[in-house]
Amino acid sequence: MDFIIPQLLTGLAGASSLFLVAVGLTIIFGVTRIVNFSHGSLMMLGAYIGWSILTRLPRDPEWFVLGIAATVLCTAAIGVVLEVVVLRRVYRAPELFQLLATFGVVLILQDVTLWIWGPVELPLPRPRWLRGFVTILDSRFPVYDLVLIAVGPAVLGILWLVMNRTRWGTLVRAATLDREMVAALGVDQRLLFTSVFALGAGLAGLGGALSLPNASANLQIDLSVITDAFVVVVVGGLGSLAGAFVASLLIGILQAFGIVLVPQSTLVLVFLVMAVVLVFRPNGLMGRPQAEAREATLAAPVVRPAPRVLRILGAVALLLAVAAPFLAGDYYLTVLTDGAVALLFATSLHFMMGPGGMASFGHAAWFGIGAYAAGLMSQWLGAPMPLALLAAPLAAGIVAALFGWFVARLSGVYLSMLTLAFAQIVWAVSFQWVEVTGGDNGLLGLWPPGWARDPAVYYWITLALSVGVAMLLRRMLYSPYGYALRAARDSAVRAQSIGLDVQRLRIVALVVAGAAAGLSGALFSYAKGGVFPTYISIPHSVEALLMVLLGGLQTVAGPIVGALVYTGLADILVRSTDLWRLVLGAVIVLLVVAFPEGVAGAARRLWLRGREA
Amino acid sequence: MSVLVVRGLHKSFGGVEAVGDVSFAVAPGEMLALIGPNGAGKSTCFNMVGGQLPPDSGSVRLDGREITGLSPRAISGHGVGRTFQITATFGSMTVRENVQMALLAHHREIWRFWRPAAARHVAAAEALLAQVGLEAQAGRAAGVLAYGDLKRLELAIALGNAPRLLLMDEPTAGMAPAERVALMQLTRRIASGRGVAVLFTEHDMDVVFDVSDRILVLNRGRLIAEGDGAAIRANPAVREIYLGTGATSGGH
Repeated sequence: MDFIIPQLLTGLAGASSLFLVAVGLTIIFGVTRIVNFSHGSLMMLGAYIGWSILTRLPRDPEWFVLGIAATVLCTAAIGVVLEVVVLRRVYRAPELFQLLATFGVVLILQDVTLWIWGPVELPLPRPRWLRGFVTILDSRFPVYDLVLIAVGPAVLGILWLVMNRTRWGTLVRAATLDREMVAALGVDQRLLFTSVFALGAGLAGLGGALSLPNASANLQIDLSVITDAFVVVVVGGLGSLAGAFVASLLIGILQAFGIVLVPQSTLVLVFLVMAVVLVFRPNGLMGRPQAEAREATLAAPVVRPAPRVLRILGAVALLLAVAAPFLAGDYYLTVLTDGAVALLFATSLHFMMGPGGMASFGHAAWFGIGAYAAGLMSQWLGAPMPLALLAAPLAAGIVAALFGWFVARLSGVYLSMLTLAFAQIVWAVSFQWVEVTGGDNGLLGLWPPGWARDPAVYYWITLALSVGVAMLLRRMLYSPYGYALRAARDSAVRAQSIGLDVQRLRIVALVVAGAAAGLSGALFSYAKGGVFPTYISIPHSVEALLMVLLGGLQTVAGPIVGALVYTGLADILVRSTDLWRLVLGAVIVLLVVAFPEGVAGAARRLWLRGREA
Repeated sequence: MSVLVVRGLHKSFGGVEAVGDVSFAVAPGEMLALIGPNGAGKSTCFNMVGGQLPPDSGSVRLDGREITGLSPRAISGHGVGRTFQITATFGSMTVRENVQMALLAHHREIWRFWRPAAARHVAAAEALLAQVGLEAQAGRAAGVLAYGDLKRLELAIALGNAPRLLLMDEPTAGMAPAERVALMQLTRRIASGRGVAVLFTEHDMDVVFDVSDRILVLNRGRLIAEGDGAAIRANPAVREIYLGTGATSGGH
């Protein structure tokens, strides 16, 4: 049991860095109600900027502190720019569009960082005073970790003083409780929001710079940190400083001991803790139920049958798609196959998110479960393709039913976070359970049988299944069940009072969406010849969100348009420029600012202009 | 035979008694108003009957059947329709579809996945809309209706499951005075026509005295008076809490 004390101290040091990032995220969310996906990118920038500053300064402790302070100011300034240029324009947009905009920022910052600092990891050469050790209970312990352990509580203390002893802090706390009331009292919201964002960004920068001596500045920081920070913020309770602190201790220590005790499943452990906390405390350890926003949120528009023109357009597009193998070359055939898969993937997400009102940040989980179900069936049982394609939606649907039983009573951001956590668990399993899933190498050699091997034939199969299932989902939305699902989303109290079982309606929506996404995953695997953990990555989940939101959440045709636009856009970008993330990110931000209701939504508004009272 | 019989209802929140020993009954076709100053326990009472809150003790019986502590959904299944203080309708549907939704739920046709819902119960929905005077608005989005029309729509939705009892929480809150009386007289006509018992809370005394058959007065969780309009007007205890002495809620 010698490892207990050192691991505990390591855990506490980790908890401190985690806290610095998470506390900024939680303050920003509390005041602006924006889930800032780009918060991890700010920490990454902090690490890179810190590296650039610290390597140019003398290597004494006082210069180190000064360099860290300069880094914090730089990231805070970047935060101000982000807030003024991007976020300020989307405060009135729906929650998910804000998230999308911040993800656009993630992509932009990734390429900017790559462009400025290059792809190589940048470690900070440690000065002598940073390399010291102290002996605690017979084990040697790095001095720097002790410094880190002290930083967390120190920052918490300072923040507590700021929040409780200054006028600005009082405003922040008031805005966290009731933003509209603070605005009604005549407080300049712009200044408040900008300063809050600057504070959060500065704290992220501090976290990034302080992590340098133990780690290095690298391009993976952003997404890995943001997931940990999300977990901490959600476990602690959105908007709660003390909650963020307690949760970072919990998660930090859990990670430190997890690495020693169950090295195979640390990731699973962390997300399981989050899932358990949310099941028993749906608002996190120290969070309160969120006050309903009083600002008039746009009521979802009435869903009407597609106009004739759109039906004709759809039929023409389908005819073209069927004829494509005769018109397009092999390369475009693979792009079109991807497009057909994306169409089903996006439609399945739309089903639960639009009419179901359950936003999923982890939709790739179902895609991946389907893909692995098909891959494992074929690899271990030698199942033929049709059987594997059948197993995929079954497996995904069954897991979705189990998952839905836990989460159907959660709502809003917490539900989304739990879907993200679940996707990370699935990813961790696929990545760490090497004996069964092949780990990072994936399952290889998953090709269609001889009769379907011709790319054109496989494309037709994919097209038929994707479009067929997508049409089925669409039909369901117009059926009594689809109406009831929409009713439960529009007004849960009204739905219950006319006798609808809201939970069961939502679980069924999850099962349907999960099964359809599972099928799309299996189709994709056979097209690519294998199954890999990247199918379940966060960027893949975000891709699905992008397609749905680009197309427009409240139109039935939206996800289809979104999937095709996105696949086309991504393909053109990847082939034409190295900076495709930058361009894609910029396009996303611009689209969100210009069309907060999505491309198809905007088209419908133009179409309906003057036609509906 | 009463539709709703409430016996000895109790509810406390953290040691504060919100409702204590409340008993009453409502007959078919009867309009029963539940009035009292703010904080008297009207909403708590209401929510215990509607299933939003479980009572600490006491019983709620509907047509002789025990429904105490059931979920709102189950209570709806036993034939209770409800309207809310803040209107709750389905904003992404048309006015007609809102009523069709209630009819689909009433006929237990929710778990059907194939035939389009828009074609179901159209005539019945339009008949209900005609009853509340909304037939001209049937094709419009529920979200764009004027407030008074939304209240009528809620009434039509509540009637969709052919209720034996209608629970209306502050049905006229936020409406213009002339509209208030019109809405409640409409409710009254429907109630006596269909033999539906109506239990409602209301702040507007003109409405209360105009349309109710009987009035219950709550103060500090206790039933302090019961009777028709004239009896309540003459009741000294009621006059005291409404005309205000040190004993009213305003005296805190």
